[in-house]
This record gives sequence, structure tokens and C-alpha cells, in this order.
Amino acid sequence: MREGSPGRVCPLTTGYLEPVATTTLPAKKKGVASSSIGLKFLMAGTGVIFILYVLLHMYGNLKALAGQEAFDTYAHHLRTFGEPMLPYGGLLWVVRIVLILALVGHVYAALRLIARNNAARPVKYQVKKNVGSTLASRTMRWGGLALFAFIIFHLIQFTIVKPNLYGAADSEAIKESPYVMISAAFAMWWVLLIYVIALVALGMHLYHGIYSASQTMGLNNTATARARARAIGAVVAAVIVVGFLIPPVYIFIDSL
Amino acid sequence: MNLTLKIWRQAGPTAKGELVTYQVADISPDMSFLEMLDVLNEQLINEGTEPVAFDSDCREGICGMCGLMISGQAHGPERTTSCQLHMRSFRDGETITIEPWRANAFPIIRDLVVDRSAFDRIIQSGGFVSVNTGAAPEAHSVPVPKEKADRAFDSAKCIGCGACVAACPNASGMLFLGAKVTHLGELPQGQPERNGRVVKMLETHDLEGFGGCTNIGECSAACPKEIPLDVISTLNADLRRAASSGS
Ligand code: HEM
Ligand code: SF4
Ligand code: FES
Repeated sequence: MREGSPGRVCPLTTGYLEPVATTTLPAKKKGVASSSIGLKFLMAGTGVIFILYVLLHMYGNLKALAGQEAFDTYAHHLRTFGEPMLPYGGLLWVVRIVLILALVGHVYAALRLIARNNAARPVKYQVKKNVGSTLASRTMRWGGLALFAFIIFHLIQFTIVKPNLYGAADSEAIKESPYVMISAAFAMWWVLLIYVIALVALGMHLYHGIYSASQTMGLNNTATARARARAIGAVVAAVIVVGFLIPPVYIFIDSL
Repeated sequence: MNLTLKIWRQAGPTAKGELVTYQVADISPDMSFLEMLDVLNEQLINEGTEPVAFDSDCREGICGMCGLMISGQAHGPERTTSCQLHMRSFRDGETITIEPWRANAFPIIRDLVVDRSAFDRIIQSGGFVSVNTGAAPEAHSVPVPKEKADRAFDSAKCIGCGACVAACPNASGMLFLGAKVTHLGELPQGQPERNGRVVKMLETHDLEGFGGCTNIGECSAACPKEIPLDVISTLNADLRRAASSGS
């Protein structure tokens, strides 16, 4: 279109199209971050940070199978890692700060997207069937809420307060030896139950989340790539669930 | 066939609507869904009541006007448009609920008719290629790899019916948007405006009040043209590239 022309009339809306002065439209950077896809980038990016952390965490937990000395030494090493370049517990705090920031970002994006999505359909259908989606994909919000509640419980139980909820003989030993702490905790059936439920929630969140994140990051541009992303999501979710379950189940059975 | 129909009746954009129950008898299984509604409307006119307003144009599955939510599925139980759906897909004696597309971005005009011009505004904001018109260029002067031509063509099949928005729990327009962005983005002619296109079209999409994508796939399962979910991935990739290039 020539410069300065008044613009074409759109036959569908009989409104004027914006005149285009040059043949390329300028990309506006403003607003991308808070657009519906920009918020998903934040969601996927922080989600990937969680996945990497959760994999490391799972690997560390498996050391519990090697006995008290191995597990307590490992827990100690996490704190002395990087010394003397880092202070005692320095690396742990770097990881904690990254995770807290990721959590804030993840929940912020989740809340904004949920508000937008609810507003996009103010009147619900009287009858609605779901035919193309998995249960996991439709329960991301509830699963996320369950994970949030679990993370708070988990931090109080094993990091911040370490209360003796288990009627164990020695409350001091629970505070001092991580191995004694988890042994006392997972001997209780109800503690095991809470963790099994939380891991089912995590498994479902990741079964859809890993696939969804790859889709959000724009990696699935063919049907094959999409099928592969689904399979990777299923495998990684299964590895994480099973890997986390092994130590608690082992301790519980051992305590019988 | 004898059928019970529960149809959303709403006198105008701001009127309160409700489901009203009607009976139709002697429907042929070979009728299309819209022909069945025509029979109902003749019956209503004979009774002296207002006929049900619904949209249609081509009645051959190419214009995208005829969107109806049929018993909870966009365009009904088959993967086609409502006009190409036939009554043999239903059982004799069945109760069928018919509702309009429900989305903030698609306001109801009357009964089952919604205003889908939000889609036109998305297209106007970037879903085109700015070339000077003139004699058609020689088709072979710009080579296009086969896979890209195929993917562009598959994406170009979108008829803008809005079933994707209707079926999505978030009323998101991302499948439509992805189809348009992929269609032009796979072709050489679409490259110069590629970054600006995705940013502007997404901005309009969001302003029109569509929801965001949660990658669950109800849209693609409802799409009569079987637009696949990977167009949404391409849309996301294009936005990522546009944002990081900052051009
Ligand atoms: C505080 C707890 C959490 C809440 C409230 C939460 C909530 C959510 C919500 C609402 C979504 C969006 C779903 C969608 O758009 O379909 C999501 C996506 C995701 N979450 Fe979480 N989540 C939490 C914790 C986690 C954890 C612990 C992980 C990983 C170990 C994780 C990984 C992911 C991934 C990978 C995605 C997909 C991102 C995408 O769709 O692009 N989340 N989360
Ligand atoms: S993507 Fe499919 S469902 Fe959505 S408007 Fe286009 S043809 Fe209709
Ligand atoms: S009336 Fe044109 S697609 Fe159905």
C-alpha cells in the first residue's frame, strides 16, 4: 500500500484497516512479558527450574538407602559444598533463593492466567464434554494448590521446625541427624500416606507440565516432536515419582 | 426420528437467556443438523412463535458460520462443521442440547448467533502479507520446500469457525491464532513481517478477551479442519523469537 493512503475497507466489518506505511510491521516489545503467552514463558521457565531441582533432590534422597552415616554425611556436604569460596551453607542458600524466586514467579503467573481464563468465559455451558484432554491437564490448578500446601508442610516438617510428631524417644536426635528424622517420620503410616498423595499430585502435574512446557517454549513443531514430548513427560514424571517413593517405602517396611 | 431439543433462547445481547425444550417428529436420518433446525423453525412459525436464530451460509463446511455447541461438543459428535453433521449421528428419542459458543470475546447477538468479529480484528492486526498488487508472479519464481508448503496449506485450512474457542475451557483463541501465524510463517512471503505479526496478533487476541492456552488439546479435538496442536507451539516459538530479537 502506498504511503498516506487512507486504508482499505474491510469487507467483513466495514471498518478501516490501519494504513501500513512500510512493508514491515514494527514489532512492539512492550507488553510481550505480560501477554498471555509471556506469562506462560514465566510459568514454563520456573517449572523447568523446579524439575531440575526435584531431580537432584530425588537423587540425594536415594542416599538414605546407604544408611545413617552416608546420608548424614551427604547432608553435611550440602552445607560445606564450595568452601572456602562460599560460607558454610552458602550453596544451599543460593539454591533456596533461586527456588523461592521461582516459586513466586510460578504462582504469580498461575494466578494471573487463571484470572484471565476465568474471565474469558463468564457464562458457563449447561452441558460440556471433554474429549481431547487428559485428567492431568485439567487438574493443573488443583494439583498446584495441593503441591503448594505440601511444600509448606514439608518445609515445616523437615527443614524449619522439625517437630517430633512421631512419639519418638529422642526429639534432639531428630533435630541433629537427618537420617534419624526421616526414619522416625516414615515409620508412621500417615506420614507415608501424605507423601504418597503429594507424589501422585506431583506426578500428574509433571506428566502434563513437562509436555506443556515444551509446547510453551515452542519446541514441538511437528506431530512427531509432540508425541516425543508427551513420552518424555510421562517417563520423567514416572522416574521422579518412583525415585521419591523408594526411600520412604523402604523405611516404612523396614520399621514393621 | 423423534427428538427432544433443549435450545438456548435469548432475545438479545443483554437479555437473560434460558434453555427451552421443543419436540420434533419424523426427522430423516439423512437430514443435516441445520435442516433439522429448519424443520423446527417451520413448526414454530406455524405455531406463531419466534423461530430460533442460528447462523449458516455455505452449508458445505467451508465458510465457518454455523458454529453450534451440540450436547456439550463444538459442532457435535463428529469431526465436522454443524452444517455437515447428519442426523444419523444421533439416536431416535435422543435429547439434544444446543447452545451458542460461549466466550467473552464472542458476545451473543440472539439465541444461537454470536458475533465472531473478534477473529476479523485479529486478522486485521497482522494476519496478512503486505505486497504491492499487480500481475500474479510466476509460481515457480520463489521455491518453497514441500514440507513447508504442506504445513502452510494444512494451517490455511482454518475457516475461522471458532469451535476451538468454544471447546477450550479457557475460551482461548490460540489454535486459530497459531493456524494463521503458521500459515504465513512457513512461506517465504510471510518472513519480512513475521516478528511484528505475532506480537500484534497476540496483543489483539488478548485485548479481545480470549483466554490463554493450557495445552490441553480440546481445541484441536473439536476443529473441523483438524488443525493440529503444533501450530500453537510454532506460535509460541515465533513470539519467543520476536521478543528476543526486539526488532
Ligand atoms: C506452589 C506450587 C505450585 C503451583 C501453585 C503450581 C501451579 C501451576 C499451574 C496453575 C500451572 C499452569 C497450568 C497450565 O497453564 O496448564 C503450572 C504449570 C507447570 N508447573 Fe506448576 N505449580 C506448582 C509447583 C510446581 C512444581 C513443584 C513443579 C515441578 C517440580 C511444577 C512444574 C510445572 C510445569 C513444568 C508447568 C508447565 C508450564 C507450562 O504449561 O508451560 N510446578 N503450575
Ligand atoms: S482452528 Fe479449527 S476450530 Fe479454530 S477457527 Fe480454525 S477451523 Fe475453526
Ligand atoms: S454453514 Fe458454512 S461451514 Fe457450515
